[in-house]
Amino acid sequence: MEGLISLAVKAIFVENLALSFFLGMCTFIAVSKKISTAIGLGISVMVVQAITVPANNLILTYLLAPGALSWAGFADVDLTFLGLISYIGVIAALVQILEMVLDKYFPPLYNALGVFLPLITVNCAILGGSLFMVERSYNFSESLTYGISSGFGWALAITAMAGVREKLKYSDIPDGLQGLGITFITAGLMAMAFMSFSGVKL
Amino acid sequence: MGQTRREMLIDPMVDNNPITLQVLGICSALAVTSSLKVALVMAIAVTLVTAFSSMFISMIRNHIPSSIRIIVQMVIIASLVILVDQMLKAYAFEISKTLSVFVGLIITNCIVMGRAEAFAMKNPPIDSFIDGIGNGLGYGFILMLVGIIRELFGSGSLMGFTILPTVNNGGWYVPNGLLLLPPSAFFIIGLLIWGFRTWKPSQVEEREYKIQVVDAH
Repeated sequence: MEGLISLAVKAIFVENLALSFFLGMCTFIAVSKKISTAIGLGISVMVVQAITVPANNLILTYLLAPGALSWAGFADVDLTFLGLISYIGVIAALVQILEMVLDKYFPPLYNALGVFLPLITVNCAILGGSLFMVERSYNFSESLTYGISSGFGWALAITAMAGVREKLKYSDIPDGLQGLGITFITAGLMAMAFMSFSGVKL
Repeated sequence: MGQTRREMLIDPMVDNNPITLQVLGICSALAVTSSLKVALVMAIAVTLVTAFSSMFISMIRNHIPSSIRIIVQMVIIASLVILVDQMLKAYAFEISKTLSVFVGLIITNCIVMGRAEAFAMKNPPIDSFIDGIGNGLGYGFILMLVGIIRELFGSGSLMGFTILPTVNNGGWYVPNGLLLLPPSAFFIIGLLIWGFRTWKPSQVEEREYKIQVVDAH
């Protein structure tokens, strides 16, 4: 349990997906103009991340890893090279299913998050989360924790960024730096702030 | 088709750069640029994947039902990325370790998807191939630039060869450690964008709020 808590804290602050691994930057820059949309997107990322990372963990353990197919009688088959394509397939399919389920049973939530869901398939943070899970060989409960907390970290970062940008648009910025340029520099300053967590150990 | 093929190739370098103007593919641009060698490998990988995925998608563009086109594009891109990943693991294992998850993340690199969706779905294969190469080079160009700045001033070397002898090794140059850390990539790209837009004022974004001087009298 303690291990899981420290994993969560690490995933939220120290190894924040957006600010220290630069994952999901395209959406991070493009959809951070207003706090309300940023929160909507942040929550969707968190939900999708919490589902896909453990799902991909199951796929890896029971289908792809060397010897994983021994339950089906193929003990010496190693399918890890199919990893990338299966993870992205799982992500695309789960996002699609989530969209349909929300549409059918939770229409208000669907209306709030609907526009962001297709965007999430191509968000590097989601695939990145799954790939980190593989690289660090997390087990099932660790990957569940990692999915939720890394999604939360990303949501936190984009919401903070949107807050800064809402104020920023009133300031007098040199012409060439307007928009994209100043957003990058702001993100850099935020990344520096998040680096101060790097000494934290639980 | 208003553009010649030459324009298609050169245009994405400065005038329509994927990173500084189209805001595509930033994730990896920031993460892999702390040394020039890694940035070079990444740039080549992305260029190849973009070019070939654009070409293949363009070849079958008239047969893809539009409702499932994203999945079809994904499958083509993912297969190409698997090829690149396996090649790197076989021939350049060290670099593939440094790149870690970022090779896999070429799949979700917006440049590849963006060009497939915006260009390859509407144009013939050879044009799409050239467009893919052009955009890959535009991406690589920024990657190189950031890589050179970060490696030269962060550790005083280029491609692993010492250019500025550092104090630790008995030289005179005190390396700037910040440049090896993640935030510096944001600053460098931000400043590059500033430079580009000052050079080409047509790329400047409109202000949302104009600052006006109000006469106090």
